[in-house]
Amino acid sequence: MLKDLFSKKKKYASIPNEQAKLDVPEGLMKKCDSCYKIFYRKEMNKNLNVCPNCGHHHQLRAWERIESLFDEGTFQEWDSGLAPSNPLGFPGYEEKLQKDREKTGLNEGVVTGKGLIDGQATAFAVMDSSFRMGSMGSVMGERIARAIENAKEQSLPFIIFTASGGARMQEGVLSLMQMSKTSVAIKRFSEAGGLMISVMTHPTTGGVSASFASLGDYNFAEPGALIGFAGRRIIEQTTREKLPDDFQTAEFLFKHGQLDQVVHRHDLKQLLVTILKIHEKGGTSS
Amino acid sequence: MKQILEFEKPIVNLKEKIAELKKFTDDSEIDLSEEIITLEKRLAILEDDIYGNLKPWQRVQMARHQERPTTLDYINELFTDFVEFHGDRSFGDDEAIVSGIAFYKDTPITVIGHQRGKNTKENLRRNFGMPHPEGYRKALRHMKQAEKFNRPIITFIDTKGADPGKESEERGQSEAIARNLMEMAGLTVPIICIVIGEGGSGGALALGVGDRIHMLENSTYSVISPEGAAALLWKDSGLAQKAAESMKITAPDLHELGIIDEIIPEPKGGAHRDIKEQAKNIDLVLDKSLNELKNVSEDVLLEQRWEKYKQIGDYKEL
Repeated sequence: MLKDLFSKKKKYASIPNEQAKLDVPEGLMKKCDSCYKIFYRKEMNKNLNVCPNCGHHHQLRAWERIESLFDEGTFQEWDSGLAPSNPLGFPGYEEKLQKDREKTGLNEGVVTGKGLIDGQATAFAVMDSSFRMGSMGSVMGERIARAIENAKEQSLPFIIFTASGGARMQEGVLSLMQMSKTSVAIKRFSEAGGLMISVMTHPTTGGVSASFASLGDYNFAEPGALIGFAGRRIIEQTTREKLPDDFQTAEFLFKHGQLDQVVHRHDLKQLLVTILKIHEKGGTSS
Repeated sequence: MKQILEFEKPIVNLKEKIAELKKFTDDSEIDLSEEIITLEKRLAILEDDIYGNLKPWQRVQMARHQERPTTLDYINELFTDFVEFHGDRSFGDDEAIVSGIAFYKDTPITVIGHQRGKNTKENLRRNFGMPHPEGYRKALRHMKQAEKFNRPIITFIDTKGADPGKESEERGQSEAIARNLMEMAGLTVPIICIVIGEGGSGGALALGVGDRIHMLENSTYSVISPEGAAALLWKDSGLAQKAAESMKITAPDLHELGIIDEIIPEPKGGAHRDIKEQAKNIDLVLDKSLNELKNVSEDVLLEQRWEKYKQIGDYKEL
């Protein structure tokens, strides 16, 4: 019988325990989140985490991004010694930070510094959403503000790659105020003639989208990135409106005039290099 | 119908009892004035006890009180010759923000504030005080004008947050807020921001970058509503009260965190009990702030604004 054919083939899936999961060092294979095709991880990595089949852009970690853009060995990190405290005494916050430090090898959701992109000195900030969803607290605000100030003082252009769920709840209103702090820094930099480029990657939402991510002289985004102010669920609950499938994607924003370009990851470096060249050193108008 | 908050009920009950006794004394031969005096003393103690020790959640309720004075109430009380201007010149007019010029004493000023309604009809018109992008762009247009004509800017902050909706996203809510934050940083005139009710997230901040930030005693300022925080952190919006306590959102909290300059006292029982007295309390602080700022040169003003924001935050240096 046809039925027996299936029932005989019982399969047991073994579910690895937590420890086993940690022991497997980033498996050999990687399945695309979009088309579910399986590739060698090496192949995917070489392709900058873009699916070779469907072109889906998987997230890049902060240091992978740095490696993908900067001339080898030229990147110097700034302010790595700044670490989050627990200013509100929020229960459970320190444990969460500790867990993410171990998981990611980072001590915050942003890396800042400077280096050479195709020979051009550039101040840089890149967010990493694997650390507390890239949420913005005091340290992130401080590192970004300092990076912008450094760019101003050293007459460097400033490029930022954003990836963030928004403000960090556990730092309350202090995290909200990082929006204004970074924005004031950008204004000073801009007044001095500094060039700022913002590249929004998946996801860029809430307070980050409503501050520095939107404040570049040029604003770009990677294909398919989720970008928006209010969360989709909140909008649906408040307005009971049917939202289009592409709502709050990079393409949606582009269509509504909110972005200069949606740029494939493979083309990003060349685009940045060209813009840097056109602005020469892109520093202050001295 | 006056809105009575849960924690005010003992006060209301006692007041009713006193009124009853008074009526009884007036209507009959029996003199109860001694009892009345005793009860009135007790009422005073009870009021001091309740209103003098408001918990964060109780302040949240005060800040959201239906009858709480709004931007237009304070404009009426504090300024003369107010002229309102409308529209962002790109898309439309947003009535969740009012904006215009007036005299404050003898000084021409620009005043901008979130405007919510006190009833359903007004709230529909004002979108519950939640601005669309065109509201922020209208505000920015008027701020630039203030700069051109060298008028100080006074903002009143009173919003649950920026409008969360499809159209707001399409028209660039993020960009509108971000642009205001950045442009306010560079305006060469004094900016004084006063939180009068709820200061909700980026939607509040977009009128809130200034040289002085003050809060009414029972107003709140937070990165997310207590309900939203509870839903995000503990998957249960019913824990809003706990969130209100953990998130440090009251005026005394923000003062302690070094974010605001002054706490403006409210009349006993909240701003809505006596708008005139409340306006007087705002007037004192506003006058002082403007005097402190009026002779500061543009360069120094901007440098001090940067210093003010630069120091906000809390971290360790390893």
